[in-house]
Amino acid sequence: MTDKFISIEGISKRFPAAGGGTTTVFEDLWLGMERGTFTCVIGHSGCGKTTVLNVLAGLDRPSDGAVIVDNQSIEGPSLDRAVIFQSHALLPWLTVMGNVAYAVASKWRRWSRAQVEEHAQRFIALVGLSGAERKRPAELSGGMKQRVGIARALSIEPKILLMDEPFSALDALTRGTLQDEVRRICQETGQTVFMITHDVDEAIYLADRIVLMTNGPQAVLAEIVDNPLPADRARDDVHKHPLYYAVRNHVVDFLVTRSKSYTDADKAALDRRNPPIVRPGAPEPAIVSGESASPSWPGLSRPSTSHAG
Amino acid sequence: MTRSLTFRAAIVSILLFAAFVLVWHLATRGSGATVAMDPEYAKLMGATATTGKSAMPGPLDVGATVWGHLKDPFYDRGTNDKGLGIQLGWSILRVTIGYLLAVLVAIPIGFLIGMSPLMSKALDPFIQVLKPISPLAWMPLALYTIKDSGLSAVFVIFICSLWPMLVNTAFGVASVRKEWINVARTLEVGTLRRIFTVLLPAAAPTILTGMRISIGIAWLVIVAAEMLVGGTGIGYFVWNEWNNLSITNVITAILVIGVVGMILDQLLARATRAVTFPE
Ligand SMILES: Nc1ncnc2c1ncn2[C@@H]1O[C@H](COP(=O)(O)OP(=O)(O)OP(=O)(O)O)[C@@H](O)[C@H]1O
Ligand SMILES: [Mg+2]
Repeated sequence: MTDKFISIEGISKRFPAAGGGTTTVFEDLWLGMERGTFTCVIGHSGCGKTTVLNVLAGLDRPSDGAVIVDNQSIEGPSLDRAVIFQSHALLPWLTVMGNVAYAVASKWRRWSRAQVEEHAQRFIALVGLSGAERKRPAELSGGMKQRVGIARALSIEPKILLMDEPFSALDALTRGTLQDEVRRICQETGQTVFMITHDVDEAIYLADRIVLMTNGPQAVLAEIVDNPLPADRARDDVHKHPLYYAVRNHVVDFLVTRSKSYTDADKAALDRRNPPIVRPGAPEPAIVSGESASPSWPGLSRPSTSHAG
Repeated sequence: MTRSLTFRAAIVSILLFAAFVLVWHLATRGSGATVAMDPEYAKLMGATATTGKSAMPGPLDVGATVWGHLKDPFYDRGTNDKGLGIQLGWSILRVTIGYLLAVLVAIPIGFLIGMSPLMSKALDPFIQVLKPISPLAWMPLALYTIKDSGLSAVFVIFICSLWPMLVNTAFGVASVRKEWINVARTLEVGTLRRIFTVLLPAAAPTILTGMRISIGIAWLVIVAAEMLVGGTGIGYFVWNEWNNLSITNVITAILVIGVVGMILDQLLARATRAVTFPE
């Protein structure tokens, strides 16, 4: 059971409801993550993704169950697990350097100021913000703020990176650049990453495994999609891969229809400890590949327009 | 556009002031009826009765007095005749000491209340009862226990500055954004370091707003307190000049109190701006 690096073991979360009683956000949730893997969670708003992430971060305690990391149960926040918050959460009275240095000085408490700043500088450069060290968050664009948040999280060289919709507030171009950076950094440093997103393409590009959650309340982890795309995929041609739309359609199909229509009977039938692992495009789930892989690969999707001109 | 607005506002201010001074001057020019009387009796009656001079000083009289005080603010000719500067100095000294003592007490307790829901609930009834008490109501108790009129005034300043700072600090600390606290928690920052690196800077604008309210109240209260305890200070000066029936000096003191109050308020306003950072 604890052969996984991170092991979520039967956690549930209940909040007191308005009229007495409790609402169950999710219940009996199991998920394992291996060292160095990138896991993305997708699910509709309010299904409990942030709650799971907060439990993983140690900021919140589950009502039941436990999370084991590296054979130790999580008791609280730790410097081994860095969090990139949904709303960047920079300290507005500190400069870019101040924000990153604050994290560095918290991890290595005996370091001199020069050591701390040099280390912080390295991570500021890594996210491409050299030259903006002395600026305060209010003087930065949304994308730059998010990058400071990333630099701050990476600077403490965590074992695990937890990201809550880190790119959702950004324009497409900035988002793409940051996705590339995060992917490169994670591959170089062998991070284990847990990331929440609403963007299917982002999940397919970044994740090794995509975890699908049904709608809340009483959300369940319906299935795990094993990403069949090669590890050396690049952002500009990942969508040309023959299996790309197989994966994409499978996930979108889940979000559009199956996440709502997941009945109590389905939930009862689910083996929560071992949720089904699906590998779209592989011989087995033929429904997906049969329907959509052929028309969308490659360049055949819109034959009428290409002939008209 | 804003520049011209400021400029136009300044013009209007000057015009209003000029109009006020003019009306004041005309109203106090002196048109009271004069009665012929025995010169010995006239001396006793003073200028109001003999030459029709208004009992209220005009702007020119006050201007001359202000100028006189400005020229020589620090003279000391005995207990009841000290320069305005000396009197002001005493008042500011008392306010500063009482206020700083209040800062030392209010901010730590405010942090305690803001950080601990238990202490917040436990101390709430005391604060609710003590806060609405007029600071001057403490004066007899202070005089009885401290047995020193100057220190009693300081105590009254302390008590009246305490509450706005305490309440604002507690509120500011309790409403620090959860995310910022979570940042510190994920970095395993200890309580003391968290107080100084996250809570204090995040709550600083609210705390300083409380401090600004406090200094305003302290400056209001010191005048009344010094009228009661006597001896020195701008409040005593006002009362003393009233006993001398020197309305010119009273008006001068009123002006000076207003100006000093404004300066104190602006100092705190500046400090507030210096610690406020937009997100
Ligand atoms: N402190 C709380 N008290 C009561 N209910 C809460 C609390 N925090 C979260 N919830 C409920 O738990 C559910 C899950 O919240 P959560 O923030 O995890 O959603 P999410 O999946 O992250 O949504 P989004 O995609 O919009 O960020 C929501 O229905 C929310 O109403
Ligand atoms: Mg969320």
